[in-house]
Amino acid sequence: MSLHPRRRRTKLQWGAIFLLAAVWILLWGDVSWANLLGGLAVGILVTILLPLPPIDFHGRIRPGALLYMLGHFVWDLAVASVHVAALALNFRRKPRGAVVGVQLRNHSDLYLTITAELSTLTPGSLVVEAHRLTGMLYLHVLDIDSYGGAQKVREDTLALEERVLRAFASDAELLEAGLTVRPVLTRIKNGVNGKRGADEPEVTP
Amino acid sequence: MIYAVIVAAALLAGAAILALIRAEKGPSMLDRTVAFDVFTTTLVAAVALEAAWSRRTDTLVLLVVLSLVGFVGSVTISRFAAIEPEDAARVRTREEVEAERLAERAAEEAAVEAEQARREALRAEAARAAEEAAQASDSSEEERP
Amino acid sequence: MTLDVWLDIVAGTFLVAGAFLSFIAGVGIVHFPDLLARMHAGTKPQVLGMLFMLVGLAVRLRSWSVAGLLLLVILFQMLTAPVGAHMVARAGYRTGKVHAEDLEFDELTEDTERHDGPAPGPTSNRT
Repeated sequence: MSLHPRRRRTKLQWGAIFLLAAVWILLWGDVSWANLLGGLAVGILVTILLPLPPIDFHGRIRPGALLYMLGHFVWDLAVASVHVAALALNFRRKPRGAVVGVQLRNHSDLYLTITAELSTLTPGSLVVEAHRLTGMLYLHVLDIDSYGGAQKVREDTLALEERVLRAFASDAELLEAGLTVRPVLTRIKNGVNGKRGADEPEVTP
Repeated sequence: MIYAVIVAAALLAGAAILALIRAEKGPSMLDRTVAFDVFTTTLVAAVALEAAWSRRTDTLVLLVVLSLVGFVGSVTISRFAAIEPEDAARVRTREEVEAERLAERAAEEAAVEAEQARREALRAEAARAAEEAAQASDSSEEERP
Repeated sequence: MTLDVWLDIVAGTFLVAGAFLSFIAGVGIVHFPDLLARMHAGTKPQVLGMLFMLVGLAVRLRSWSVAGLLLLVILFQMLTAPVGAHMVARAGYRTGKVHAEDLEFDELTEDTERHDGPAPGPTSNRT
């Protein structure tokens, strides 16, 4: 499999181990030392026995932007559900779908995956094909007329990508994607940015 | 609470029946896969409803397992989905299967009969040829002296 | 009215709303004309419906350990539902289950035909 099996085995993937331990504790239902240690043991065992290549992640998680992304996602989910429900109950007209190609700005597999996953769950769109080399997503839209045309699909998907990048990507990756490093979203500015300004030097493009 | 549970149960039953209708109608394998996905999620909702009604927690493990492995079936099917003709994407009725079997058997019997007839014709041909050859040699022998 | 009754009313409302969204998914999957449209019905109202059902259940059971377990169920559902939907949609597209007359326009086929090479598409880069 790998060229350096020994080096790979000695390097534990602590992020995955803690995640698995958290899942283990949630499955057992209560936080205790036995569950915590058992979860860590299971996590270490699973990552050693069933190794996966580490995720290529260079970014940093911004809690405020992450919360904003999740909140926006839940809102989108509700809107999408109402939209699809209205179309399903409207028996007089059949929806006319369309496939729209969207060129994303980043080239990272991780952000492409997250964007595709979220956009499959949000308003009226479904990822038919994702092309990782060019960063293209092809979305099927349930009813293109009531959605507002192909241009709106592109705008919404790019806005979703921006939220994902603001939540996870590093400053360099944000600049590469053509986004300003200081978020212009006012809602984030009020929440986290004031606190963050102290420990993080401002990067001007 | 009892009214809410009754209404919710009726709605879930309706959803399950509609999913089964789509699974029966098809028209393709993938439509049926989507229908069974909806059916599985309805099942999860039904288990949750029952747990909410009787305040039990021992069936919650079912929810975890179903939500984890529910998508494996559809992924597997779509991985091996092949191009199929439109008219073949349907479960045939018993009569149709029987008719097809009879037609196949008739075709086989006809083929066997045709083969036998051909062999007999060949044999007859060979016999006639041999007879003619014998006659020819007879006549040639008669002519020679 | 005590707190318990109120919480039960909230739980019942969530349960009915979730069941209604599941029912909508059933209606959509029968009513919509083509495969991709049916998948929309399957993924969206369904996921929110599940969410409502599980929130209703958590409110009814009122226990933190159960809430954690249900959070896990919601997470798994949200992680896996799009994967299944995407795989089915992709397979449907690549095996010709999606018909051009059902779509208003189709930029994927246009791009595939324009590139005519290692571009994404119904026929190429199939592993």
